Amino acid sequence: MTDVLDPPVQLPPPPPSHEMLEEHGHDEHHGPTGILKWITTTDHKIIGLSYTVTSVIMMIIGGAFAEIIRAQLASPNGTLVSLSQYNELFTMHGSVMIYLFVGPFAFGGLANIMVPIQIGAPDMAYPRLNALSYWLYLTGAITMLSGFFTAGGAANFGWVAYAPLSNSVNTPGSGADLWIGGLLLTGFSAIFTGVNICATVFYLRAPGMTMFRMPIFTWNMLVTGILILLAFPVLTAGLIMLYCDRHFGTHIFSVQGGGVPVLWQHIFWFWGHPEVYILALPFFGMATEIIAVFSRKPVFGYKGMVFATLTIAALSLGVWAHHMFTTGVVLLPFFSIMSLLIAVPTGIKIFNWIGTMWRGEIWFSTAMLMAIGFLITFLIGGLTGIYLASPPLDFFTHDTYFVVAHFHSVVMALLMAAMGGLYYWGPKITGYLLNERIGKMQFWFLFIGTQIFTFPLYVLGLEGMPRRVAIYPHDPQWKTLNDWSTFGAILIGISTILFVVNVAVSWKKYPSGDNPWDAQTLEWFTTSPPPHHNFYRLPQIRSERPTWDHNHPEHRSLTHGKHPELTEDGLEKVHSS
Amino acid sequence: MKVEAKVLLYLGLFFGIMNAVYWNWSLENAGGVMMFAGMLLCFLPGSYYYFWSRRMKARPEDDPNATQTSGAGFIGTFPGTSIWPFTLGMGAFFVVLALVFGIWFLIPGLGLAVWALFGATAEGRRGGTH
Amino acid sequence: MQTPALPPQGATVRARRWRHLRRAVALPLAALALSGCTIPSFYASEGATSSSKSVYHLWQWFSIGAVIIGGFVCILVAYAVLRYRRKGDHIPRQSQYQLPLELAYTIVPILIVFGLFAATLVVENKETANPATKVTINVNAFQWGWKFTYPGTNAFVYGQTTQNPEMIMPAGENVHFNLTSSDVIHGFYVHDFNFSRYALPGVRNEFTILAQNEGTYFGQCTQLCGLYHSLMYFRVKVVSQSQYAAWIASFNNPADEAAAKAAAKTTYQQTSSVVPTHGSTTKFGR
Repeated sequence: MTDVLDPPVQLPPPPPSHEMLEEHGHDEHHGPTGILKWITTTDHKIIGLSYTVTSVIMMIIGGAFAEIIRAQLASPNGTLVSLSQYNELFTMHGSVMIYLFVGPFAFGGLANIMVPIQIGAPDMAYPRLNALSYWLYLTGAITMLSGFFTAGGAANFGWVAYAPLSNSVNTPGSGADLWIGGLLLTGFSAIFTGVNICATVFYLRAPGMTMFRMPIFTWNMLVTGILILLAFPVLTAGLIMLYCDRHFGTHIFSVQGGGVPVLWQHIFWFWGHPEVYILALPFFGMATEIIAVFSRKPVFGYKGMVFATLTIAALSLGVWAHHMFTTGVVLLPFFSIMSLLIAVPTGIKIFNWIGTMWRGEIWFSTAMLMAIGFLITFLIGGLTGIYLASPPLDFFTHDTYFVVAHFHSVVMALLMAAMGGLYYWGPKITGYLLNERIGKMQFWFLFIGTQIFTFPLYVLGLEGMPRRVAIYPHDPQWKTLNDWSTFGAILIGISTILFVVNVAVSWKKYPSGDNPWDAQTLEWFTTSPPPHHNFYRLPQIRSERPTWDHNHPEHRSLTHGKHPELTEDGLEKVHSS
Repeated sequence: MKVEAKVLLYLGLFFGIMNAVYWNWSLENAGGVMMFAGMLLCFLPGSYYYFWSRRMKARPEDDPNATQTSGAGFIGTFPGTSIWPFTLGMGAFFVVLALVFGIWFLIPGLGLAVWALFGATAEGRRGGTH
Repeated sequence: MQTPALPPQGATVRARRWRHLRRAVALPLAALALSGCTIPSFYASEGATSSSKSVYHLWQWFSIGAVIIGGFVCILVAYAVLRYRRKGDHIPRQSQYQLPLELAYTIVPILIVFGLFAATLVVENKETANPATKVTINVNAFQWGWKFTYPGTNAFVYGQTTQNPEMIMPAGENVHFNLTSSDVIHGFYVHDFNFSRYALPGVRNEFTILAQNEGTYFGQCTQLCGLYHSLMYFRVKVVSQSQYAAWIASFNNPADEAAAKAAAKTTYQQTSSVVPTHGSTTKFGR
C-alpha cells in the first residue's frame, strides 16, 4: 500500500535507556490481563481508549436516531414513528450526541491520551480519579439510554429539558428520571476529567515545557478544563433542583408554587453555552495540530491562537442568554454584543489556520482533508451563528430549522475534526495506520453529505419550519428540501459505515512507526504505542515543537522573520524572564 | 507557576468586570450570582498559584533553559492498577438508580461507595499497588 | 498576502497579486450588480408588518457581509490548498509570526462586529418598542391550542390543535399583544411577521406589531410543548380597520352577549363550542 504510507522521514526507534522519568519505570508492566485489566487499569492511555471507543459507539447510536428522524421527515405525514416516539428520538439524539459523544470523545478520549504525552508527563495527575471518570461516564450512558426500556419510554422533553415541560406533571415516568440520573453521572465524570486535565497541565509538565511551549491542543484542553470546572457544577445543581421539583415537592421551576420557569433556562444555558466551547475548543486544537503538521510549518500566530482561546473562554461566560432572546426577559444588547464579539477570536483562529497553510507544503492525508473540511464547514456554521447573535434576526429564526442547520454545521465540523484526530493520532495510540483510500472516501461522503444535509435545513428554517415537529401536513411543499436533507444524512451515515469498515479492514495491517507524519509535538517522540508511563527518554524542549526541532535542527521556527539566536551548542537562546 | 496564576486571575478579573456591567444593567439575579461565583472560582486557585509563584523558585517546567536531568527524580506515585475506581463508580451507579427505581438501591450503592473509599485510602497509604 | 519573503522584484509581484485579488473581488460584485439592482433576498421574505421589513433588510445586510467574508475566506483556503500542495520532500520556510497581519485580522473583525451591533440596535429598538395603542390582544397559549381575547370587548377566538383558531387584527395600526401561557412554554411564531416570542407561564410578554398588509398568515408553536407540538397551529387574519370594528361589534349583539355570559359561567369546554361561528374551522389544512 504505497497509498497508505509515504512519509518523508522515518526515525529509528529510541533505545531503551535508564533516563526514565520515575524511579519505577519497568519496561513491561506486569499486572492483570483481559477484562480484569480493563476494569482495574489506571493508565491514561487505556482509559482514554475506552473513552474513545465508548463515545464512538455513542456516536453510532445517536447517528442511528438521526437517520430515523430524517426518514420520518422525508414525507409531510410521516408514519414511521409516532409523535411521542419522535419526541423521544430527537431528545435522545441530542442528548447522546452532546452529553455522551462530542464532549467525552474530546476531553475523555483523545485529550486523556494525548495531553500527558504532549507535555511529557508519565500519566494524568490523578490516575484513579481518571478511571472513576470513565466508570461514571459509562454508567451514565447506560443509565440515560436505558430509558428506552422503561414503560413510559425515554425522556421526551428535548435535550434542553425546559421547565415546566420537564416537571412530573408534564413528563411523568422514569425515562426522564433516568435522563437526569445519567446526566448527573456524566456531569461528575466531566468535572473529574476537568480537574485532572488542569492539574496535569499545571504540575506534570516536563522540564523546559513552559506554558507557552505547550502544543495548542494542550492549551485548548487546559482552557476546556477550566470551562468544565466553571460550567458543569451549575448543570449538576440545576439537575438536582429539577429532580427535587419532580419528586420532593419543591417549586423552584413551577409557577404554582411561586417558582420561576425561566430560572431553569438561565441555569441550563449558563452551563450550555460554555459547554458549546467545551465541545468546540478541543476540536479547534486537533485541527490546529493537524494543519500545522501536514503543512510542515509551525502553527501560525501561536500566541495569538492561545490568546484567542482564552478570549473565547472569557467571553463564553457572558453569552448564555442569546439562547433566550425570545423569552423577552433578558437584557438583549449585552448578550448581543458579547455573542458578536465571540466572532473575533474565532476569526483569529480561522485566519491563523489559513496562515499556517500559507506557503506550506500541504500533504493531503485523510487527517488533513478532514481538517480542511472542518475549516470550511465551521466557517459556514460560524457565519450563520453571527445572525443568531442579533436579537431581531434571532426573533425571526429562533426555534426554526435555521437554528438546527446552524448548530449542525458546527457540530458536523467538529465531527470532521474528530475523525481527523482519529486518523492523525490513531497510529500513535495503536501503532497502526488506517487505510488512506477508504479514509478519503469517508471524507468526501462526510463533507459532501454534511453540506447536502445542512443547506436545505437553512432554507427550511427561513421558510418557517419549526424545530421538533414530527409532521408538517400544512406545508407539503417542504418535502423536497427535507428529502434533500435526508439524502445528505444518508451520505453521512455511509461515511460512518466506511469508518467502521476502515477500522475492520486495516486492523493491525499497516504498522506506522513512531512518527509517520513527520509531526512536531512531543507525543511523536515516544514509541507507537507509547510504553507504560509514556517515555523512555525526552528531548531537550526549546520550543513548542520539540520533536520537530530534534528531527530538523536546521529548520527551527522563525520568530518575526528573523533566525533565532543560537547558543554554542546549537540550541536556541532563550532569555529567561 | 506565574503563567498559570495569570491565566486564572485575568479570567477572574474579566468575569468580575463583565459581571459588574451585567448585574448593574440587567438587575437579573440568577446570571449575576452565577457569574460572580465563576469569578470566585477563578480567583481561588489563581490567587493560590500567584501566592506560591512569588515565594518559590521556578520549577524545571517553568524554566525555558531547563535540561531533562534537572527534572529527574521522584515525581509521584502512579498506581498501576486499582479496583477501587470501578467499585466507587458502580456504587455511584446504584445511588443514581436509587433516585429512579427505589430507595433500596441505596444499600448496595452506599455499601460499594464506602467500601471503595476505605479500599482506596488503604491503597493510597501503601503507596499504590505499583 | 505576506510581505516579508518577497523575491527581489517584489513590487511587480505585489502589483500582479493585487490585480488578481481585484479581479477575484470584482467578479462576484459585478455578478451581483448585473443580477438587478435589488439586493437578493437570501431566502428570507419581506413579511407583512413594519418591523418584519426592517428585520428583512437587516437580514440582507448581514447576509451580504456573510457572503463577502465567507467568500473571502473560502478563496484564501482554496488558494492555499491549490497553490501549496506538497511537491516534494521540501521543508518550507518556518515562519510563525507576522504581527501587523495578525493585528489587522483582529481589529478589522472588531470594527465589523461593532457595525453589525449598531445595525442590530436600530432594528431591535424599533421592534421592541411598546408605544401606546388603541387595540390590545391577549394571547394565551396552552397545551395544545390558542386563545385570543380582546380586552374591553366581548370578542374572543379559541381553538385547539386541528381547529386552527384565527386571530383577527386590524391593519395599519399598532396592536399591543400580551402573551401568556397556561402550562408549559410555547412559542408564538408567525412566519410572515418575521417574529417569534415565547409564551411563558407566569410571565406576561408584551410586544407591539404594526401589520401593514391585509391577508391571512400562518402561525405555529415553535417551542417544544409536549405530544401535539407539531399540530399547534393558528392563523392571523389582518383585516382593514372597518372590518375589524365590524367584527368586534358582531360580538355585541344581545343574543351573543347572553350566550357569552352563559358560557362564562360554564366550563371551558362549552365555551369552545360557541366559538367556531367566528372563523375557527376543523379543516385540516391552511
